[in-house]
Amino acid sequence: MSLPTDLHYTVEHEWLRDGSPSTVGITNVAADALGDIVYLELPAVGESVTAGAVVGEIESTKSVSELFSPVTGTVVEVNDAAVDDPSLVNSDPYGAGWLLKVDVTEAGPVLTADEYAARSAG
Amino acid sequence: MTVDPTADPTAHPTPHPTSAQEAAVTEDLRSPLHDEHVALGAALTSFAGWQMPLRYTSDIAEHTAVRTAAGLFDLSHMGELEVTGARAAEALDRALVGNLSALEPGRARYTMIVAEDGGVLDDLVVYRLAPDRFVVVANASNVTVVRAALTERFAAFLHLEAEAPEGGLGADVELVVRLRDRSLDTALIAVQGPAAEGIVTSLTPDADAVRALKYYAAVTTTVDGVDALVARTGYTGEDGFELFVDAAAAPALWRRLLEVGAPHGLVPAGLSARDSLRLEAGMPLYGNELDTGTTPYDAGLGRVVRLDKACTDGTPTPFVGRAALEARSTAEPTRALVGLVGEGRRAARHGYPVVTRDGVPVGVVTSGAPSPTLGHPVAMAYVRPDLAEPGTELGVDVRGRLENVRVVALPFYRRPR
Repeated sequence: MSLPTDLHYTVEHEWLRDGSPSTVGITNVAADALGDIVYLELPAVGESVTAGAVVGEIESTKSVSELFSPVTGTVVEVNDAAVDDPSLVNSDPYGAGWLLKVDVTEAGPVLTADEYAARSAG
Repeated sequence: MTVDPTADPTAHPTPHPTSAQEAAVTEDLRSPLHDEHVALGAALTSFAGWQMPLRYTSDIAEHTAVRTAAGLFDLSHMGELEVTGARAAEALDRALVGNLSALEPGRARYTMIVAEDGGVLDDLVVYRLAPDRFVVVANASNVTVVRAALTERFAAFLHLEAEAPEGGLGADVELVVRLRDRSLDTALIAVQGPAAEGIVTSLTPDADAVRALKYYAAVTTTVDGVDALVARTGYTGEDGFELFVDAAAAPALWRRLLEVGAPHGLVPAGLSARDSLRLEAGMPLYGNELDTGTTPYDAGLGRVVRLDKACTDGTPTPFVGRAALEARSTAEPTRALVGLVGEGRRAARHGYPVVTRDGVPVGVVTSGAPSPTLGHPVAMAYVRPDLAEPGTELGVDVRGRLENVRVVALPFYRRPR
C-alpha cells in the first residue's frame, strides 16, 4: 500500500488529514505490524487531547500499542464503526478505518509522506 | 503509536523498522522453506535466530482455519537431536526427567531437561524410532543449551559405565551413545486441524497406519514420495501431524500439501497463529511459562518428572536435577500456574502484574491475548497458590489500569471429539 501524499504523518505511525475538523488514523505500516486489530480504546467526544500524548489503545491478537495524538485540540467525533469492527483499521486504514476527528488548536510535529516512508522503510 | 515491547516475546512485529533491525534479520538462519514463505507474501519475523513467517494474511483467519479446517506450519527452526546407540535409552534417562527406557518404539513423550537445581533448561518432545534410536526435539532458542547439556551428561554416563565393575551393566554392550544435531538438514512441517488426517493420508501409501496413529505416536513412511517421520503431535490443541523430512525435499512437499489441502480449507499459518492456538490450548511456551527459574512442579507439570524410574538393577535412576526435584515434589508450592479469563476487552500480556481486586500484587502474567476462538481475553499466570482455585476473582494491572479477571481451569479451549 502506498502512502497517501495529502496526509501528514508522525514518527509514532499516526496520520493526520487537515480540515475542520482534522482526521486522525494510524498508518498501514502500523496496522500491518500489529496484525488483526480486535479492540480500539478511543477518547470520548469532547475530550481534550495534546500533541504527543497518549489518547487511546489499539489491541491485536499479537500485540498492543498506544495511540498518540498528533495534534492538540478537542475530540469532536470518534469512529464508532471502527470501534464496532476494528478490522476496518486493517482493511482501510486511510479511509473507513479512521479513528478521531479533532478541532485543532495547536499543530504538533509531523512528517511528509516521503519523510515518513524514509523512516519506516523496510 | 508504539507497540508495547512486553506484549509478547514470541514474535515481535516491527513497529519501528530500522536499518539495524533489517541487518539483524538478514543474519538470521533461513528455513529450507524460506522461498515458499516469500512467494506466499508472508510477513517474516526474527525468532530465536531464524527468519520465520509471522503471518501470511491474517492471524485470526489462520488461527480459525486450524480450529475449523487445517493450517500448514513451517517449524523448521525447531532443533532435532538424534540419539543412537545400545545405551541411548539409559543415557537419556540420566539426562532428562522422563523415563525414556519405558517409551515404546513408535511413540513420543513430552519431557524436560533441567539443571542440577531443577530449573527447566527446555521442554522437549522425544520420539523413540527404534530400541536404539531417539530424536529429541528442542525449542530453537535452546538447541545449543540442550545439545551441550546432553553431550556433557552422556559423556559422564559413559565414563561412569566404563569405570563400573565388570558385570554391572553388560560389558558386552558397546559403550557408545552418538548425538547428532540434525536441526539444519531437517525440515519440520506441521499439518494441524480437523482436516489434517484427510490431507496427510491422501499423500501416503500407509494411509491406514497414519490413520491408526494414536496421539503422541509416530510412523516412518513416505508422504508424496518423500521419506518422512509422521507423528501425531502438535502445539495447537487440534488433531494434527508433524512431518520430519529432509530439508532438500521440503519445498516440493510444502507446495503439494498446500495444493492437496486447499480444497479441505488448509491455509499456511504463521508463528502468530501458533502462539494464540497454543495459548488457548493451555500449552506452556519456553521463555513464558517455563525458564531456568521454574521447576516442572511450578508449571503444574510435575507429572513429567519420573522420580520412580529405575536402572536395570532396580536402583533409582540418577538423573541431573533429581535431588532438587525430589525435595521440590514434597515441598509446599510457592506459586501456581493458572488460567485467567478477562471480563473486559483489554488483554493481559506477558509480564503484567496480577493483583487482588484491591490491587495487592499476587503474581505475574506469563502469556496473554484476546482469544480468537473464545472472543474474550485469556492469559496464563503464576499466582500465589492460595489464589489458584477456579472461580477466584483477581485483577491484572493492564498498563496502569486494573482489569477484572477470574481464575479458570486450563485449557481454555478443548477440541470437540
